[in-house]
Amino acid sequence: MFGYYLDLALRSLKLNPVLTALMVLALGLGIGASITTLTVLKLLSGDPIPQKSARLFHPEIDPLPAQGYTPGLTKPPWGGLMTYTDAMTLLHARKSERQVVFALTGAKVKPQRADQKPFFSDGVMTTADFFAMFDAPFEYGSGWNEQDGESRARVVVIAGFLNDKLFDGKDSTGKTLRINDHDYRIIGVLKPWAPQPRFYALELGGRSYGNGDAVFLPLQSARADKMNPQNVNCWDTANVSQLETAPCVFVSMWVELRSASDAAAYKTFLSNYAQQQIALGRFHRPEVVLPDVMQFLRDEQVVPDDVRLQAWLAFGFLLICVVNTVGLLLAKCLRRSREIGVRRALGATRRAIFAQFMVESGMVGIAGGVLGLIFAELGLLAVRLQPAQYANLAHLDVSMFVVTFAIALVASLIAGLLPAWRACVVTPAPQLKSA
Amino acid sequence: MQIQPILSSLRKHKIPAWLIVLEIALACAVLCNAVFMISQRIGEMHLPNAIDETGIVDINVQGADPKLANADVPRDLAALREIPGVKAAAAFNSVPLSNNGWNSDIATGPGELMQKNAPNVATYYFTSGGPEALGMRLLEGRLFNDAEYADSKLGDSYIPTGHAAIVTQSLAARLWPDQSALGKQAWVGNDYHYTVVGVVADVLRPNQNGQGLAGFHWAMFFPLSPASALNDYIVRSAPQDRVRVIREATAKLGALLPNAVVKGQTFSEIRDKFFANTRSMVWMLVLVCVVMLAVTAFGIVGLTSFWVGQRRRQIGIRRAVGATRAHIMQYFQTENFLLSSAGVGLGMILAFGINLYLMQHHQMVRMPWYYLPASAIALWILGQLAVLGPALRAANVPPVVATRSV
Repeated sequence: MFGYYLDLALRSLKLNPVLTALMVLALGLGIGASITTLTVLKLLSGDPIPQKSARLFHPEIDPLPAQGYTPGLTKPPWGGLMTYTDAMTLLHARKSERQVVFALTGAKVKPQRADQKPFFSDGVMTTADFFAMFDAPFEYGSGWNEQDGESRARVVVIAGFLNDKLFDGKDSTGKTLRINDHDYRIIGVLKPWAPQPRFYALELGGRSYGNGDAVFLPLQSARADKMNPQNVNCWDTANVSQLETAPCVFVSMWVELRSASDAAAYKTFLSNYAQQQIALGRFHRPEVVLPDVMQFLRDEQVVPDDVRLQAWLAFGFLLICVVNTVGLLLAKCLRRSREIGVRRALGATRRAIFAQFMVESGMVGIAGGVLGLIFAELGLLAVRLQPAQYANLAHLDVSMFVVTFAIALVASLIAGLLPAWRACVVTPAPQLKSA
Repeated sequence: MQIQPILSSLRKHKIPAWLIVLEIALACAVLCNAVFMISQRIGEMHLPNAIDETGIVDINVQGADPKLANADVPRDLAALREIPGVKAAAAFNSVPLSNNGWNSDIATGPGELMQKNAPNVATYYFTSGGPEALGMRLLEGRLFNDAEYADSKLGDSYIPTGHAAIVTQSLAARLWPDQSALGKQAWVGNDYHYTVVGVVADVLRPNQNGQGLAGFHWAMFFPLSPASALNDYIVRSAPQDRVRVIREATAKLGALLPNAVVKGQTFSEIRDKFFANTRSMVWMLVLVCVVMLAVTAFGIVGLTSFWVGQRRRQIGIRRAVGATRAHIMQYFQTENFLLSSAGVGLGMILAFGINLYLMQHHQMVRMPWYYLPASAIALWILGQLAVLGPALRAANVPPVVATRSV
């Protein structure tokens, strides 16, 4: 029977090629727009480190003065950046599996070859646990240990793409790299590593998506060589040449915890720390927050507002397209009342008529899906040409491919329900009489 | 034209009629909000910026030895001023729309820091000749004098030690509403305060820094003697000379500062980069609106054509008993007008609701009321245009159809 319905549907669609083309085009446009924005939205709101995101937490405390404080309403400012003093105290307390403190810096790299000019690249000044904590994989060598940091050793880990550029991808460990006019010894080279979004740098003044960082330096060594953090916020007149003791926040802290109960315990520890600092007169605000990776991304509103608006817009558009298709299908089907009357009189059941019309709208849906896929590819091509940081990441993946057809089929079947129902309630007698 | 027969005929075709109404309502709701978003973004891109946008270039120098800045900056500036066609040059700490800025909370008295009435303000520091290089427009008071440039150093706190400042007109109005800002004291923290000596026409900040559109013009200018923090040389020339000025300037500075990274770009490029995302959003919104209106129009054409086909006989009878072509046309046009009216009525309510939702969950402000009637009129016109084809076809149905059984 299904084959017969297919045949009938094809015949009917061929009968009104303009109307059919309009329906398919409208559905295709709606689906294409929705899939394009959905793909971008999914890409931007993805989990940057799925294997660990529930175990990584961002401790936030509030060092601001009592002025302007509203108990219960005030949150730690500046995305939870910390003063150097607090971050180092919490780091040395070792209350978690792993803990890391870091800031971003613009690192001036001077290549050894005379023909290459110095250039700036993205640098991370961090304590030793960074690589183990964020699962940054090594191609050659390894990171440094805590002792290297404390003794301000001039060692550096570089990203694979920088190694390709400077050393043609060969094992460069042991070589020196001139960074901000100081010689650093390369001890490790990373494999390609660029979490999307770049969650660890969101409140540090970096971009949220795109390439990974290029050089990784021990925090204390880099600071001793006067490398400045990219984002500094001070709440009082501050001596910026002594950032470590100034009333300024500029480092970010992350901790790795094993379980939810460990997280609760760590939060209590943070709370106690804040209370203790209040007792000492350093702090005035007891609020502490401990979001995990996904919560932190939501707090920081990493997905640009425009992208979410575009998704809403695209779904509004899809809705209009579906309503449009319902209208056109209905118009077609009402026109065919006589044909239905004849089929009913010859013994077709209501169920059979219903099935016939659903097959027809399903075919429109599949065609719309194929067209939608083409439009989505075109849309993503357009997105890739955009200047946005995430532009080159926008590709259609398999799940989106499946979602396209699911949306297309569901949309068209919903669009077909009303016409099919109208068709199957046609009573045969009057249709035959009027002929 | 009598409306009664149209209404009774529509009552017989409830579902298609409702579909047209629904489609117009959705289109109206989306159109209202999309057009509002477009106009907001275009407004943002066209905010006034009283500097010589088409004449200035920015030569950014990073990684030079900070200890030598006192000698380097005057030498670099002298070299830049020698380039043929350069009208003025000065060293700045940051550039409007460069997305890389310095900000301070500015208060009108001591001890107000951290309080709500101290707005977050972008601070621009520049060496002698800064206002001329940028092309700032003085509205009140005066620019800085030589003594003020010489007196002002950048201490360890990165706050100038001078005592004079210039504010934009928007910042003056924000800090001292309904008063002249001249001679007033502006405070940075509890230790530093500055006498406002001049008010200039609005200059944009390096970025909004979370202050929204209202704060996009809150900027304050300080004189400064040469310092390592002044990384940007602003060089002003005739618009057609800019590319050559950049080429010569980067070559000269590159030779003078072999260890530094020197990059030059025109202000037009800085502006384009800053608004690149905004511009692409505008194009995307325009595209969606156009395609959506096209889909709606085709939907109306499709459904009305179907109606015309269904009513050929009825039309023929009307023609046979004396109705003119114009009458038939008017019938379908009025019918479409009624459906459109119901659609835009519903659509305006929907549009308002969507706006309220977006205000709650996104960075959106209340839509001015006139967007609603404006998009209603747009959809009325669209409906009339879409119905024109089918209506003409209906008018061409010959009266003789009435005598045939179809």
